[in-house]
Amino acid sequence: MTVTTKSLRRWGAVHKWTSLICTLFMLLLCITGLPLIFHDEIDDLLHSSVKPAEAPAGTPPANLDHLLANALAQAPGKVPHFLIWDRDEPGAIWVSVGPTIDADPTNNRLIRMDTHSGAYLDSPDVTGRFTYIMLKLHTDMFAGLPGKLFLGFMGILFCVAIISGIVVYAPSMRKLRFGAYRAKRTRVVRWLDVHNLAGILLVAWTLVVGFTGVINTWADLVLKMWQFGQLAEMTAQYKDRPVPSKLTSLNGAVEVARHAVPGMTPSFVAFPGTLFSSKSHYAVFLHGDTPLTSRLLKPALIDAETGALTDSRDMPWYVSTLYISQPLHFGDYGGMPLKIVWALLDILTIFILVTGVYLWMRRRKAGVSQERAIANAAAIDSPALTS
Amino acid sequence: MVAHRSLTEIFAAPLVIAIVSTVGLISALVGDGWWDAVSWVALGLPVLLYLVFIWRRRPN
Repeated sequence: MTVTTKSLRRWGAVHKWTSLICTLFMLLLCITGLPLIFHDEIDDLLHSSVKPAEAPAGTPPANLDHLLANALAQAPGKVPHFLIWDRDEPGAIWVSVGPTIDADPTNNRLIRMDTHSGAYLDSPDVTGRFTYIMLKLHTDMFAGLPGKLFLGFMGILFCVAIISGIVVYAPSMRKLRFGAYRAKRTRVVRWLDVHNLAGILLVAWTLVVGFTGVINTWADLVLKMWQFGQLAEMTAQYKDRPVPSKLTSLNGAVEVARHAVPGMTPSFVAFPGTLFSSKSHYAVFLHGDTPLTSRLLKPALIDAETGALTDSRDMPWYVSTLYISQPLHFGDYGGMPLKIVWALLDILTIFILVTGVYLWMRRRKAGVSQERAIANAAAIDSPALTS
Repeated sequence: MVAHRSLTEIFAAPLVIAIVSTVGLISALVGDGWWDAVSWVALGLPVLLYLVFIWRRRPN
């Protein structure tokens, strides 16, 4: 056995095992991810929502303190955690409220408000929605952070499977033209061709979507890192101060932030005491206006007692990496045509997974060693497999 | 079947497609309008090629 054959067998083994372990979960991710590409459209179709009142261009937005008071009137006894401008619907602002300021925000209630009138629109319970169930299955399988990190690990295996797949693609194609599809052969040959063709065509996309998915599973950890790193640094002088008894104007805080970071638009406000801020600050997160900079948030910390700016810094590289990896995973950054392409690529990935499992099962049944079959392309022509 | 192919021959087309896909992945991040259109075409290419190769040699 030559050195090359030996090393190819090793790559074949890597491809087999990494694929086998992650395939079932990758199938789950591809299938739940497919409707998630179109989650906005599906939600619009399945659920009605109160439309914000028509506002002619140039209508000034409502005072945020007024809007917040209206929102809290709908949720007696609750405290605000976040105020979020709707990315897709400029007429709506969300207020996220919880029972206490340190309660887990994932169980928060969301109240939708009219940007221009400051009036209450609705407060949908999204947890029963189809898209919510798909999202939970896709991100953590209803198993919280451990589930998330587990899927992240499956994503790493998927990336290793792709890279080892590129290596074992070579011996498989030694005697075939690029794009070969031996249509008149048995199913195992045809599906091998489908597996090789779709696999090699999608290499860049599957690697990027796979790896950015892995990065997304670390979002909670990245947030913690930022909290104990940059945020703690920016608010060091406030460490021993008592929590402000009465908060300064929210509207004023957002105005101060807008002036401090010219050219950027507020994306959301984290109230004092939440995960995204210190106990003494409003953290106003602003975004830019190009497809790329609209994903990169910059916080401005406003003293919640005096209403003055404490500090505003660009996010550290690890947070920016997370923000940039989000659109690259979701495919929501190039309009509807890109979403459709994303869905088609997702379907082709399902083909790769299914044909891969089939090839493994057939070779197992035929008693052909997987490593040998991969290292020696001729093995696919062995009588055991072509019968 | 063709004669034994070298690694360069095997990986030339996949490399070009991977580069085009990468351009497509980045393009829509950079801008809107034409930038988006470049993404649609560049990332649609692998799908199109898949269909072409399979349909061209579909069993009768």
